[in-house]
Amino acid sequence: MAGKTLYDKLWDAHLVKQRDDGTALIYIDRQLLHEVTSPQAFEGLRLANRQPWRVDANLATPDHNVPTTSAERLAGVDGIEDETSRIQVKTLDENCDEFGIVEHGINDPGQGIVHVVGPEQGATLPGMTVVCGDSHTSTHGALGALAHGIGTSEVEHVLATQCLIQRKMKNMLVRVDGTLGAGVTPKDVVLAIIGKIGTAGGNGCAIEFGGQVFRDMSMEGRLTVCNMSIEAGARAGMVAVDDTTIEYVKGREYAPKGDDWGKAVAYWNTLHSDADAEFDIVVELDGTDIKPQVSWGTSPEMVLPVDATVPNPADESDPVKSNGISRALEYMGLEAGQDISSIPVDRVFIGSCTNSRLEDLREAAAVAKGRKVADSVKQVLIVPGSQAVKAKAEAEGLDKVFTDAGMEWREPGCSMCLAMNADKLGNGEHCASTSNRNFEGRQGFGGRTHLVSPAMAAAAAIAGHFTDVRQMMEA
Amino acid sequence: MEKFTVLQGIAAPMDRANVDTDMIIPKQFLKSIKRTGFGVNLFDELRYLDEGYPGQDCSVRPINEDFALNKPRYNGASILLARENFGCGSSREHAPWALVDYGFRAILAPSYADIFFNNSFKNGLLPIVLEENIVDDLFKSTEANDGYQLTIDLDAQLIKRPDGDDIPFDVDPFRKHCLLNGLDDIGLTLQDADAIREFEGGWKQQCPWLFGAIK
Ligand code: SF4
Repeated sequence: MAGKTLYDKLWDAHLVKQRDDGTALIYIDRQLLHEVTSPQAFEGLRLANRQPWRVDANLATPDHNVPTTSAERLAGVDGIEDETSRIQVKTLDENCDEFGIVEHGINDPGQGIVHVVGPEQGATLPGMTVVCGDSHTSTHGALGALAHGIGTSEVEHVLATQCLIQRKMKNMLVRVDGTLGAGVTPKDVVLAIIGKIGTAGGNGCAIEFGGQVFRDMSMEGRLTVCNMSIEAGARAGMVAVDDTTIEYVKGREYAPKGDDWGKAVAYWNTLHSDADAEFDIVVELDGTDIKPQVSWGTSPEMVLPVDATVPNPADESDPVKSNGISRALEYMGLEAGQDISSIPVDRVFIGSCTNSRLEDLREAAAVAKGRKVADSVKQVLIVPGSQAVKAKAEAEGLDKVFTDAGMEWREPGCSMCLAMNADKLGNGEHCASTSNRNFEGRQGFGGRTHLVSPAMAAAAAIAGHFTDVRQMMEA
Repeated sequence: MEKFTVLQGIAAPMDRANVDTDMIIPKQFLKSIKRTGFGVNLFDELRYLDEGYPGQDCSVRPINEDFALNKPRYNGASILLARENFGCGSSREHAPWALVDYGFRAILAPSYADIFFNNSFKNGLLPIVLEENIVDDLFKSTEANDGYQLTIDLDAQLIKRPDGDDIPFDVDPFRKHCLLNGLDDIGLTLQDADAIREFEGGWKQQCPWLFGAIK
């Protein structure tokens, strides 16, 4: 019999019951909660007179629509100007109070984007099953965990039963060997993967990211890659546990201590695919070839190296794809054949659960240092992913580097990733964004999002258009 | 979820085809953080003459006297008679929430939109599919008789009418079991509570650090 993949191992370890209809009950170790997808789940519990199965399995923090300016943030929940946002954040506070769930409130030192906060506090750990009412929950798979995004009725189901009803997915391996060049980051790797396999490439699969590039990659980089598994069509993405994982977890607030630590590490060291494990699908890329990427269209798979030109629909033989290219060019206001580096940038957003960790900010600051934002750029937002990231960045003086360059240093939250609060693009504006989705209108009505790495976003802010950050690094 | 065994109630007519979820509950009400309280805004645009917005006092709004549900004879109705493709449009679960909150427990129609059909069962609302001519006939009886009542016996799969033959209907056995016993998805999973507890006990021995760290 063939060996097991990492996904098989995580699945088997959490299988409570296989049901006749092909679904299974999977035990959930950790649920992260935020203000947008939880209120109706809590109300459902109340209506049915149910209690959470295990309060200590949950951790909550508001992120999606908290304001990011210090002024609006100062007054806490009551200071949130938008009524719907305020009610949602307040309701999360009330629900957590009522049910006894630990919450890092709006200005608590533990607050931040759920997917930044979880790993950073050791609330998500290797070997866990992790869920959250947010599709980017795949992020936590970087720790060697099985992490799914779920809907509101599933949030309620997990609260009440500690289980999720699932069908087992297929195993997919994305292997990237070789070494990344200077200036090429984890974000470029995952964009290149999505460019290759497409946004449906991982449909029905759990993706394991393997190969030299991921073994060499920092934990924060792996979090960035797993974050975008969902853009590659997969509900879950993961990386095997190794020393990098264990070093990262050690000493974090909710991580095991004392005797438990040794026991945990022994278990975590088994969390990798067996050498003879078989995958249903294998995709390979050479990391040495990957260049800094820029998305030009309205889907994450519409992405190219920065030195490329915008595609021409006439060169595409498949009529559906050709049509898709034409429509994207029209929405994005681009000409076929135009150099990607000629696209002007109106605003820049560095943040989101994809790229708002300390390494991301360091990467951007290294480019911004001693330089100034181009006059043509209206706004550059730097939004740290959590209060902890913010504090560390400030201790290193990164905030100063950004503000000296003419960029805005904000309070932690999702911000312009989805434009649920005041941080938005204007109609027709181009944005260099480190977030994960470039759908029409995602960052504001008529907004034009280009997905890039933090270094590339900072470079675009300085140049006023997209540019190969590697040239700035040589300078 | 409330059990559904035998329902006796007044039938109210919703005499148009392709009633979509936006007609059932307009989108301005979806910003709510609740799943209850949508009943007063059920069919909002048909029921009231002014434009509805969340949080308003609906008791003082001008009502559309011609709309069936506003007629005193249909007061307290719990069975909705509808036409084909009822519940089409979005996947929003607010549509069954609004119907249930208003007081409906069953719908009789020739066909439904798929997602709406599934969402209804999950919320204790029984959507019954009947042949078009039978539905037609029920519309006629309802309009002809003040306070026309039907009795729906789910276990026997029969609709009993005061003025004619009983009408048999089909229902998926699994859905029927869930409704009869008041089991939603959570209730169903909780039937396996012992298995979950047993798993949890073993898992806690193996990985004690996963328990009690956050408090
Ligand atoms: S940062 Fe963006 S993608 Fe991430 S959780 Fe927030 S809204 Fe979702």
